[in-house]
Amino acid sequence: MAAATQDSAVRTGRVTRMLIYLVLLLFALFYMLPLYVMLVNSVKPLDEITGGGMMSLPAQWTLEPWLKAWSTAQIGVQPTGLRPYFWNSISMVVPAVAISTVLGALNGYVLTKWRFRGDTILFGLMLFACFIPFQIVLIPMAAVLGTLGLAGSTAGLVLVHVVYGVGFTTLYFRNYYAVFPTELVRAAQIDGAGFFQIFWRILLPSSGPIAVVSVIWQFTNIWNDFLFGASFASGDGAPMTVALNNLVQSSTGVKEYNVHFAGAILAALPTLLVYIVAGRYFVRGLMAGSVKG
Amino acid sequence: MAAHAEADFRTRLQAWLPKLVLSPSLALIFVFVYGFILFTVYVSFTDSRILPFVDKNGQQTFDLIGFSNYEKLFRLSHWEIALGNMAVFAGLYIVICTAIGLLLAIFLDQKIRGEGALRPLYLYPMALSFIVTGTAWKWFLDPGIGLENILQAWGWESFSFDWIKNRDFAIYTIVLAAVWQTSGFVMAMFLAGLRGIDNEILKAAQMDGASNWNLYRRIIIPQLRPAFLSAFVILAHLAIKTFDLVIAMTGGGPGRATELPATFMYSYTFSRNQMGIGAASAVIMLMTIAAIMIPYLYAELKEKK
Repeated sequence: MAAATQDSAVRTGRVTRMLIYLVLLLFALFYMLPLYVMLVNSVKPLDEITGGGMMSLPAQWTLEPWLKAWSTAQIGVQPTGLRPYFWNSISMVVPAVAISTVLGALNGYVLTKWRFRGDTILFGLMLFACFIPFQIVLIPMAAVLGTLGLAGSTAGLVLVHVVYGVGFTTLYFRNYYAVFPTELVRAAQIDGAGFFQIFWRILLPSSGPIAVVSVIWQFTNIWNDFLFGASFASGDGAPMTVALNNLVQSSTGVKEYNVHFAGAILAALPTLLVYIVAGRYFVRGLMAGSVKG
Repeated sequence: MAAHAEADFRTRLQAWLPKLVLSPSLALIFVFVYGFILFTVYVSFTDSRILPFVDKNGQQTFDLIGFSNYEKLFRLSHWEIALGNMAVFAGLYIVICTAIGLLLAIFLDQKIRGEGALRPLYLYPMALSFIVTGTAWKWFLDPGIGLENILQAWGWESFSFDWIKNRDFAIYTIVLAAVWQTSGFVMAMFLAGLRGIDNEILKAAQMDGASNWNLYRRIIIPQLRPAFLSAFVILAHLAIKTFDLVIAMTGGGPGRATELPATFMYSYTFSRNQMGIGAASAVIMLMTIAAIMIPYLYAELKEKK
């Protein structure tokens, strides 16, 4: 993706170029539209939105909707705002990302440097697990989490996200380690280095880029998950996406669109920040999701 | 002797260590993915209605009933509507995303000034949750405060746009939001494909007097076959899994106008207490995705060896 524009063989005339720029700019506006709507309406009083001014800049700027969405909006039984759910999501995402990335790195190492008969089939089975519709596991998962006493808990969601994320992290590290020179590993082996020593001293130091991809991918997916959160965590244990949906869909009282938009941005902020800071790694993760290494 | 035995043990441990390290992940996948799939298939052959499967007295709460759930499922008009909506949604979503993605990629590949600034603008929607973007689209398309209201306030008083509240058109608003979210990603896939094409062939063809149109139609686009295939597989699989976006935008309504298999499964399993039918619908979803993914993954893995 980072490749510089090539010397293209296709030549275009001046009018065509103008049209191309026009189309590209129109699409840029289209992609920016929802973000603009969310941002501009999260800082205006409610009556400006309902009065037909959704696209205008605020006549009167206010941070009230943000404060309300964060700390006083009615979501569960208590008017807590989104704050506690934000922390639910954080305490779910951090361990789930860490565990699945470490497992993925070790799996990728084994599957490329310690190959054994049948390893490709095992990897294929792990890979297919990434693409199943999760509806197929909802019922037994609900039963198992109930039996383990993990229903509705953050620990239960961490388990779920590790299980259904490890296929992807394995894919990333496997593709990355596949091009790492195996001779270095064999040489270290002859020198008497063990399994973990080789991983720790030889592969890990050069794993930075793929670890970033894996962490970003997992972070984004787990933070944005709704299906598992809605199925297995109810009430106070809900993650941010579920809480936001409850806030927006609540049918009691006046619909406070400005608060909904502020809440939506709060829920988007962590992944948006990651995208702004490390967008190209995010794209690399997406592309690897189409399996090609 | 003892030292010898210890050394022997260590070598054997080293030989087993890789498999030992891999085994926790494999165990998780076998139990939580493949075991659970078998379990759901089993549930789909029972008359279970709600969890748990065993009541307080240790009595089993369900009986095996064979294929009845599948027969019932395909007689339900609710499921028929969900499948019909899926066909409309998936067809439009895949075709429009591919068309926009290809168009933008070709345009961006024309040595565009500011490409570096445009690309991230096209791609950022992929980083956001469907609940977030669904909320934005829900209110932007809402006739009361959104587009209709805006244009009326700007003076176009007869303007009407109520698709999201209209049974005949609501599904298209879901298509719009879904295309908005993923077309940039398809663009990135095609752009990567375009950048991988050998420029010499193109230059030679141009020397022979091929027009730009012919260049793309005859040489460039045919070479993008792998990108088309990947895009199709990813989009088809995303379409079948679409759930959050519908929940956030319409909740499956108005009526059942935007009900999809994923929302059907969820409501039959968790709110209508018809778990057997919910399981049967999940099995159908899995088989559809498997029919697309398995040949693709098989070909990808074989090719790479």
